[in-house]
Amino acid sequence: MTTEHFDAIVVGAGPAGNSATLTLARGGLKVLQIERGEYPGAKNVQGAVLYADAVEKLIPDFRDSAPLERHIIEQRIWMLDDTSYVGSHFRSDNFNEDKPNRYTILRAQFDKWFNKKVKEAGALVICETTVTGLLRDKKGRVTGVTTDRDQGEVTADVVVLADGVNAVLGTRAGLRPEVRPKDVALGVKETMFLPRETIDARFNLKGNEGVVIEAAGTITAGMTGTGFLYTNGDSLSVGIGCLISDFAESGVRPYDLLERFKRHPAIAPLIEGAEVKEYVAHMLPEGGYEAVPPLYGDGWVVAGDSAQFLNAMHREGSNLAMTSGRLAGETIVAAKKAGKKMSAKTLKAYRAALDDSFVLKDLKKYRRLPKVLETNKHFFTEYPRLLTHAAETWLRVDGVTKREKERDIVSAFRHRRRLSGLVSDMFKMGRAWR
Amino acid sequence: MSQGLTMVVCIKQVPDSAQIRVHPVTNTIMRQGVPTIINPYDLFALEQALALRDQLGGTVTVLTMGPQMAETSLRKAMGHGADRAILLTDRFFAGSDTLATSFALSAAIGKINAETPVDVVFTGKQTIDGDTAQVGPGIARRMGLNQLTYVSAIPAIDKAAGEITAHRRAEGGVQVLKTKLPCLVTMLEGTNELRRGSLPDVLRAERAEITTWNAKDAGIEDVTKCGLKGSPTKVSKVFAPKPRSERAAMIEGADATPAAIAAAAVETLVAADPALPGVITRPSALA
Repeated sequence: MTTEHFDAIVVGAGPAGNSATLTLARGGLKVLQIERGEYPGAKNVQGAVLYADAVEKLIPDFRDSAPLERHIIEQRIWMLDDTSYVGSHFRSDNFNEDKPNRYTILRAQFDKWFNKKVKEAGALVICETTVTGLLRDKKGRVTGVTTDRDQGEVTADVVVLADGVNAVLGTRAGLRPEVRPKDVALGVKETMFLPRETIDARFNLKGNEGVVIEAAGTITAGMTGTGFLYTNGDSLSVGIGCLISDFAESGVRPYDLLERFKRHPAIAPLIEGAEVKEYVAHMLPEGGYEAVPPLYGDGWVVAGDSAQFLNAMHREGSNLAMTSGRLAGETIVAAKKAGKKMSAKTLKAYRAALDDSFVLKDLKKYRRLPKVLETNKHFFTEYPRLLTHAAETWLRVDGVTKREKERDIVSAFRHRRRLSGLVSDMFKMGRAWR
Repeated sequence: MSQGLTMVVCIKQVPDSAQIRVHPVTNTIMRQGVPTIINPYDLFALEQALALRDQLGGTVTVLTMGPQMAETSLRKAMGHGADRAILLTDRFFAGSDTLATSFALSAAIGKINAETPVDVVFTGKQTIDGDTAQVGPGIARRMGLNQLTYVSAIPAIDKAAGEITAHRRAEGGVQVLKTKLPCLVTMLEGTNELRRGSLPDVLRAERAEITTWNAKDAGIEDVTKCGLKGSPTKVSKVFAPKPRSERAAMIEGADATPAAIAAAAVETLVAADPALPGVITRPSALA
């Protein structure tokens, strides 16, 4: 046990942990951040798209020094069956602005940079140290952490749990229920090297312009999930993810799924000649609002993935993590300044701040979506097939009359889903969207 | 006489050679973004010094020469339990070969020695980027220290008698050597397992002020012996060897005599490389 006491301990150096630590250090608190990886970012995995807004609120001039790959000027959303895709593309020169809104990044580099800012703000950061548990007093209040090192206990007024999707610490301490397989997706991703000029030519880009592709359909073999392809400076990030519960039930191997996705005729030409540089797997908390655990208590708050803050519909996560980390930090700094104890009563303000922000408002909006997608797998199989069938029928010129083609398309929909099914699907999606 | 041993461990920050990649298009080494680590061999030296400190007391100072970012490696070494860290950094040191490096390190060790007499200087047996194994012996020679290279164990040190006993790997066995202190030891790999520092160690390392010395601080007056100027070794070119695409040939003909097969093989080789006829004679002994 060290004799040293801190105002706050932050567990983890991902977006949530870094945002919280930065805010706490700037607020003048004596803060210790503990990361299990060899360096901040070593263990962190994401697609990865960075949303400027959440970073700007912490580091307004981040664009001057952060390692950014490309700013996104085009978004493609595809529905795929085994041979085709239908989709919508939005590309705009408006995204070529002075301060672009979205960037592709490589997390190992970005998180390292982010943590440098944290250290510069005065926080003490130690790596290669795993927090193994929480110290509690007789009343159950959290008073510090235990680590996997000798004399590894250290105390603090408050502990910020930004320990990631597995939420091991909160679960072990009984502060929350165990994460359920149906609330977590497993994503696998490859970073594939491709010369910058080839990417520019293949995706019609210049300068630092970038493209992101989000894809759903039969590529997930009937499981709830999506695939993606993002352009980095001189590499592509190609990945696919599905619910853990679906993987468990189907027995499909994640890397087989990724290989199939890479061989899809819509994807294969985009990655041709690219060399795999890195292969990663990570879990994503996709349970939404209903899976959000208790967020605060006596001497602790939880932020980021560990709190299930991920908007699966909009592919947002790191911005929710950063915002929650910042709000946790602000709550603690304010309480410290007011001389309040870090009790549940005080830290309740964190929950209120989240309720008031896009973080919980957005999650609440889509609270029904995870269940709808989990229990209606035909959204990932039938509809892509029906849509590609419709498009192909409509576009093929073969002497069949247009009225017959229309009838064929409509009857395909009716045959596959029946009228009642179509209405119910629309109702379910409509309700989930509200 | 002071209590315990005064030990200096020389470490080097090196690129993690396991993570160096060759650019698929230009075939050059991609240095950018390659993570750096402490030369793995040096870690055995560090642990040996820490173990001796546990046993006999004293201090362990880690010393490195390198750019400012080498501070990361020093902090890491302190996180494992080293007491103090010194970074030797100066633009005059840039481009040093092993001769210039041992010159600069010797000067720095000399300065430490002037504060407290140094008993043992440790290094790893070699680095993974240079692979020369010259810097350790270079320091010993310059400082007039007895040198023990490829050491696998140090069963005894008697500071009062000024004696050290070491096991040294030699061809075909282990030599047990005894010599006088002060000395220089280069440690063999696999001889111990580096300890994990305690939480207080890591907190102390993260906050520690790293002592930074430039050439002048280390007492070096003649900078022409440092860096590129002081290095007779010149690197003229770095390149990835061309991948060899020749296939192994299967020699057919179970009926043929060995002589006939050999003759045919020589024929083929000579045909493939016209430079050969001058140096190869036909294997007439087999005929």
